[in-house]
Amino acid sequence: MDMKMTYRQPLLPPLAEIDDKDEALVLLLQKGLPLTPTPYADIGKKIGMREKDVIGRLTYLNESGIIKRFGVVVRHHELGYRANAMTVWNIADDKISELGACMGGFDFVTLCYRRPRRLPEWPYNLFTMIHGKNREHVLSNVALLVKQCGLNTVKHEVLFSSKRFKQRGALYRK
Amino acid sequence: MQLNLENKLNKSQLNMLEKHLLNDFQHGFPLVPRPYARIAKELETTEELIIESIARLKQQGFISRVGAVFRANSIGASTLAAISVPENKLESIAAIVNEYSEVNHNYKREHHFNLWFVLTARDEHELNAVLDDIEQRTGYSVMYLPMVEDFHIDLGFDLGFELELNLERQNEWT
Repeated sequence: MDMKMTYRQPLLPPLAEIDDKDEALVLLLQKGLPLTPTPYADIGKKIGMREKDVIGRLTYLNESGIIKRFGVVVRHHELGYRANAMTVWNIADDKISELGACMGGFDFVTLCYRRPRRLPEWPYNLFTMIHGKNREHVLSNVALLVKQCGLNTVKHEVLFSSKRFKQRGALYRK
Repeated sequence: MQLNLENKLNKSQLNMLEKHLLNDFQHGFPLVPRPYARIAKELETTEELIIESIARLKQQGFISRVGAVFRANSIGASTLAAISVPENKLESIAAIVNEYSEVNHNYKREHHFNLWFVLTARDEHELNAVLDDIEQRTGYSVMYLPMVEDFHIDLGFDLGFELELNLERQNEWT
């Protein structure tokens, strides 16, 4: 059953610059914003930054898109959205920006990434994570995407997760 | 624990304030010195109650944290990876993959590529070292699928609550 595949290729360079102070902020933010009246000042104290600089840096990271969103991170599963499927699509290269943008705008789509194809085993180049309350709900959301983005002729597969071995935020360490 | 959460959801025991906190502040969390006071003003309550409520939602598992969601690969290096494993070996291979602190998600999915995980490391070099190690220890090739382009506009996830308060969102802050 051993499959021999050589799949390595260089990663893309980081998309934006962050400096050492940002790294210290990021490390602290992984644990979440303190639940105190002045959380930014409290974070600042730990890393030798003034409150207004913490807020300024976070505002910059937010506006420049390094932070995609800043706010409450909910647990879908615990809130009743029990099903998710990684739905993968084989999209013509010249259509991928248009169709990716269409799919990425739906709120039940929580990830929408272009990734390399790995031929012949893996022809899919667009990866979407589709959430729903149950399997039927997920499938109806997939059908909605097909209809709204005009994907009738696009080959796709719906990979439901059937077991969660691990789930936590990314740990970034210096 | 899980059952209690489900009961709470089914019985709609989440109060209106909790629903607003879960749904309305997934992005655009106030970057001001007293963010919880700002939210309190918007939801017409007290800073103390906002902090208490978020702490409780966190303790109950509905919220993982208040914080930043970073754009993939802007901090460190990460990739999606998959292995095709015989069904009877899946649990033991998944356990090996779980041992790595660089692995933050690990799911069984319904496909012949049946083990899917996300790796985050400090840089590409470290990422490759972990992938090599996993291949060597499991004896299976890892399909390596780094992100090429992100099409997702992350505004959080509409939880579909019927929110009766219908307070006007203030947009002067982001």
